[in-house]
Amino acid sequence: MSEIRKVATRDSYGAALVELGREHPDVIVLDADLAGATKTGVFKKEFPDRHINCGIAEANMMCVAGGLSTVGYVPFASTFAMFAAGRAFEQVRNTIGYPHLNVKIGATHGGISVGEDGASHQCNEDFATMRSIPGMVVICPSDDIEARAAVKAAYEHVGPVYMRFGRMAVPVINDNPGYKFELGKGIALRDGADITIVATGLMVAEALEAAESLAGEGIDAQVINIHTIKPIDEELLISAAKKTGKIITAEEHSIIGGLGEAVCSVLSENYPVPVKRIGINDEFGHSGPAAALLKQFGLCSENIAKTAKEMLGR
Amino acid sequence: MGIIESTYHAKAGHPGGSLSSAEVLTYLYFREMNIDPENPKMDNRDRFVLSKGHCTPGLYSVLAYRGFFPVEDLKTFRHIDSYLQGHPSMTSVPGVDMSTGSLGQGISTACGMALGLKKRGGPERVYALLGDGELQEGQVWEALMFGAHYSLDNLCVIIDNNNLQIDGAITDVMSPYPIREKLEAFGYSVIEVDGHSFEELEQAFNTARNTKGKPTAILMKTIKGKGVSFMENKAAWHGKAPNDEEYMTAIRELSQAASSEVTK
Repeated sequence: MSEIRKVATRDSYGAALVELGREHPDVIVLDADLAGATKTGVFKKEFPDRHINCGIAEANMMCVAGGLSTVGYVPFASTFAMFAAGRAFEQVRNTIGYPHLNVKIGATHGGISVGEDGASHQCNEDFATMRSIPGMVVICPSDDIEARAAVKAAYEHVGPVYMRFGRMAVPVINDNPGYKFELGKGIALRDGADITIVATGLMVAEALEAAESLAGEGIDAQVINIHTIKPIDEELLISAAKKTGKIITAEEHSIIGGLGEAVCSVLSENYPVPVKRIGINDEFGHSGPAAALLKQFGLCSENIAKTAKEMLGR
Repeated sequence: MGIIESTYHAKAGHPGGSLSSAEVLTYLYFREMNIDPENPKMDNRDRFVLSKGHCTPGLYSVLAYRGFFPVEDLKTFRHIDSYLQGHPSMTSVPGVDMSTGSLGQGISTACGMALGLKKRGGPERVYALLGDGELQEGQVWEALMFGAHYSLDNLCVIIDNNNLQIDGAITDVMSPYPIREKLEAFGYSVIEVDGHSFEELEQAFNTARNTKGKPTAILMKTIKGKGVSFMENKAAWHGKAPNDEEYMTAIRELSQAASSEVTK
């Protein structure tokens, strides 16, 4: 395990922006006094004229991005998830979502893996608020490879996109030549017949680990990576429900309004099967080391495996 | 008159603030701005953002009379299935450069447009019209800071100082005064004008165009409901449509004023 390369997806975001910036002169990056943390600082280093610091004023930043998008730029508005999807929700809804402007929101520090900063900065509600905006694409990549691909796909997509990145370094799991990022398409990472684990973000690696340990106990778990939470890959979810008949969802987000509820919506209307949601159980986080918090809140392979066994009566 | 027509037929809307902005909207669209009603998305056009988005009857009337869409359509304002939405919608109304309605956000988008156009290096200018009550929104001051910080001299912020908001006088609800001093402290070149005088507006916009290195704020003293006796200076006419009798009186007064303007 110690051999596995780990990268925080916020670093991937910064690196991908630089690559995009080299290729596309219309890419412009906005930040709200967090360039060092969101990693847009690396873009600023290479393209100082295309990096706009908006100061600690996220509401203004989102609308400035909206304005820029109408005069030929593709803005990437960057801040912590808490401020992008929380504080500036109404700006994103009215000024970016309603006119369907071509603005990309790079939200770093999503979820409780923010760690020591505590509940005020641990955004577990961003999928919920962003999903509720008509026309908004919501992406939560699982690792470095996927995060870089997501940033490029977001650029190619015309319309608003919300991308959630993490602070903590996570294992690189998609480093294979066959990997392909398709907006709105889930990826079946592991085949299985007994139960399906549908995960997003850093929970995908945990799901794979859980499936590995379940295999040791004779349980054959399918693993699906949903990097695009909206629009969600209905076809893949329905086929999984038909195949295994039992679903676990796993996300670093409140069980309210996130991946779990999105999956439940698809299945209850198309092919109802039992679903268990693993996520933050309608509570706030608190300070602590990220890895320890994830374990404490049950966002780990052990809890996924335990839940699977419970669902299978084993 | 389009303002009265549209709010009368919609049986809703915001006539008061639209009338206080009627002259500046007319001046912008008929004199000041480089625009083409035949080509509303012309890339090198000047941009206008109605940050006080509720004054849609004013903006739509001017756009219609300028030729962006048929004047007749003003009667469908706020009706179900009409493209003339209650607040400006850039995706459905030709000539609308930004969807607005939620106060404080328009000026930020104008800053984004001005910054982008400046970076492109063209001569295009951006105009944003705000209400004085709107100054109570904290985001306005974030945007004002941004405009000055990036020396957006192609940005012209216009404040319609009619002194009234929904709940009453702005001084009673939450005073934004002293407005001029605040704008100056934020780094703006401030010009105070009578917002109902085309001569003063012309001078102000000429000065704004020639001011380099900082944005301009035009502080317009205006009368809410201007030109309709029973609406003037009445907060009640912020968001209410005239009834049949009021409609006839308003149209008569505005027509008389228009014909006396012509004979003058």
